[in-house]
Amino acid sequence: MEEKKYPRILTAGDGCVVAEFGDSIDPAVNSRVAAMGGDVWKLAFPGVLDVVPTYRSLAVYFDPVNTDVKRLYARLGELCLKENSGAGNERRRTIIVPTIYGGEWGPDIEDVAQHTGFSAEEVIERHSGRECYCYMLGFTPGFPYLGGMDPALEVPRLKNPREVIPAGAVAIGGKQTGIYSIASPGGWRLIGRTPMLLFDPNREPPIFLEAGMWIRFRPIDKAEFDDIEAASIEGTYRPEILEEEEASS
Amino acid sequence: MSALVLECRLPGMLTTVQDSGRWGYQGKGMPVAGAMDLQSFRLGNILAGNDENDAALEVTVLGPTLYVAGGEGMAAVTGADLGFRVNGRPAPMWTALAVKTGDILSFSGPVSGCRAYLCLSGGIDVPVVMESRSTYTRAKLGGFEGRALRKGDRVLCGEPRPLWKKCEGFVCPGELRAVYPPDAPLRVVPGPQEDLFTAKGIQTFYGSDYAVSNSADRMGYRMDGPEIEHTAAADIISDAIPLGAVQVPGHGQPIVMLADRQTTGGYTKIGVVCSVDIAALSQRLPGNGVRFVKISLDEALSLGKEEQRKRDELRRLRAAWRSTPRSSAPVSAEGPELPAAGEAILKVDGVEHRVSWEELQEVK
Repeated sequence: MEEKKYPRILTAGDGCVVAEFGDSIDPAVNSRVAAMGGDVWKLAFPGVLDVVPTYRSLAVYFDPVNTDVKRLYARLGELCLKENSGAGNERRRTIIVPTIYGGEWGPDIEDVAQHTGFSAEEVIERHSGRECYCYMLGFTPGFPYLGGMDPALEVPRLKNPREVIPAGAVAIGGKQTGIYSIASPGGWRLIGRTPMLLFDPNREPPIFLEAGMWIRFRPIDKAEFDDIEAASIEGTYRPEILEEEEASS
Repeated sequence: MSALVLECRLPGMLTTVQDSGRWGYQGKGMPVAGAMDLQSFRLGNILAGNDENDAALEVTVLGPTLYVAGGEGMAAVTGADLGFRVNGRPAPMWTALAVKTGDILSFSGPVSGCRAYLCLSGGIDVPVVMESRSTYTRAKLGGFEGRALRKGDRVLCGEPRPLWKKCEGFVCPGELRAVYPPDAPLRVVPGPQEDLFTAKGIQTFYGSDYAVSNSADRMGYRMDGPEIEHTAAADIISDAIPLGAVQVPGHGQPIVMLADRQTTGGYTKIGVVCSVDIAALSQRLPGNGVRFVKISLDEALSLGKEEQRKRDELRRLRAAWRSTPRSSAPVSAEGPELPAAGEAILKVDGVEHRVSWEELQEVK
């Protein structure tokens, strides 16, 4: 088969155009998507309605009637060729997700321990010991697609999915870990809960996570859980976000 | 004068508040929602004297019964013919009708199409959530408490925009209405993953008769018909799902993704239904036939411009209608009365401005 050349611009109807950077789930590819997403918002191109970063591509939505579509295509063509806007100057942003593990908040932690051969304490240590990368948000508002979980924590999904998993549930399904952003059905194993609301439509911003961010789970106790939960319900909680210079590769 | 208040006596099948959608948050996983048939929705708002993107009620198949519990204003119904009635008598669609406290707006049953828009002067006044009033029921967000209307709900309208009274009796001419021939093929712009289908698969898609299946809702319409062949797997690395995207999962049946679609997904997309024909599809019902025809991006863009031209024309007609004195106006013995209200489009430095004026009476 013919080798595809990346990046490439793909037509996705009369209201959307896609810049595709590769065909793999890879933080290097994804960081170009995230960088271009920022660049496109900064353009403030008249008629552009939305910018959607995903694993390996960026979708740009526009009003089909009030947009100079040819010019938009040309501008996006230029932007996607731009190398990662100055490698080395990019800041690595890490959001801290306070999490209470086990107990009523993580009823499956013993199962996970059994499957992996670790103790529950070791599961917590390994789960919170590595930063995960947020490739994109989707599925439900604010749901992060994370990569980078310790592979030793891989466990099969539940045979019988739960009908309702509460918002904030921290779970493992297969090779992935995730946080349920709103109450929804699901088959992942629950190991903990964050009191932070990933999604609150009446807060600014409604969603704290962004594609391209790193996530670190920080184990907390019940007292801290209650404090953060109260502040979250009031809408005053703001997560800790660390910024550091990323070492140039 | 006060803004309209509606009381829901019967909710109908699915009556939701919608505007032109919640844009700008798809990158965070938030679906767009909004009116399914944006053309009918916007024309209805123009008739009711509103801005074209003001929130309206999207009425599905079996319409609600609404009692005007307060205020006065204009109502205009566009889109599907669901048997619109005022005070029990058949009332014209595509027309600005004056309604006031005590009136009852209802729908006797579907005649043709699927979704009607009940646009009221001032627009439906529900809280703005993430820059939109559209209802997204799956996350219980926006619109009226994040859900479809129920019996007993009191729905408030905003303050009518200037000159709303002057819209009374204004009718949208036939050639400007959004009317979709039921057998017209849906026009599709190919991509973004057409290359993952075989030549035979592409031929099947554009050459076969499909029918809207029973799984057809605001999220998407799945079609029944011949299976479309992929070159290899039907799955891709999840990416964005544009409005109108024609997804083809492993079962080979196309699904057209609509207003409430999830933001991202992992199925191949053979093409995207052009914006104008998304409205046409939204008016079809399970069992209705569907054919797809390929067009270029340029063709799709010019179709969109033609719809815009129709809306501009309707606004121009509205301005003329509002500026014409009605026969019911008191006739002055001193000669012809100057219009006490009017509307014009002024161009200043190349930018069009819509200007309206109204004579205010001094209260003695």
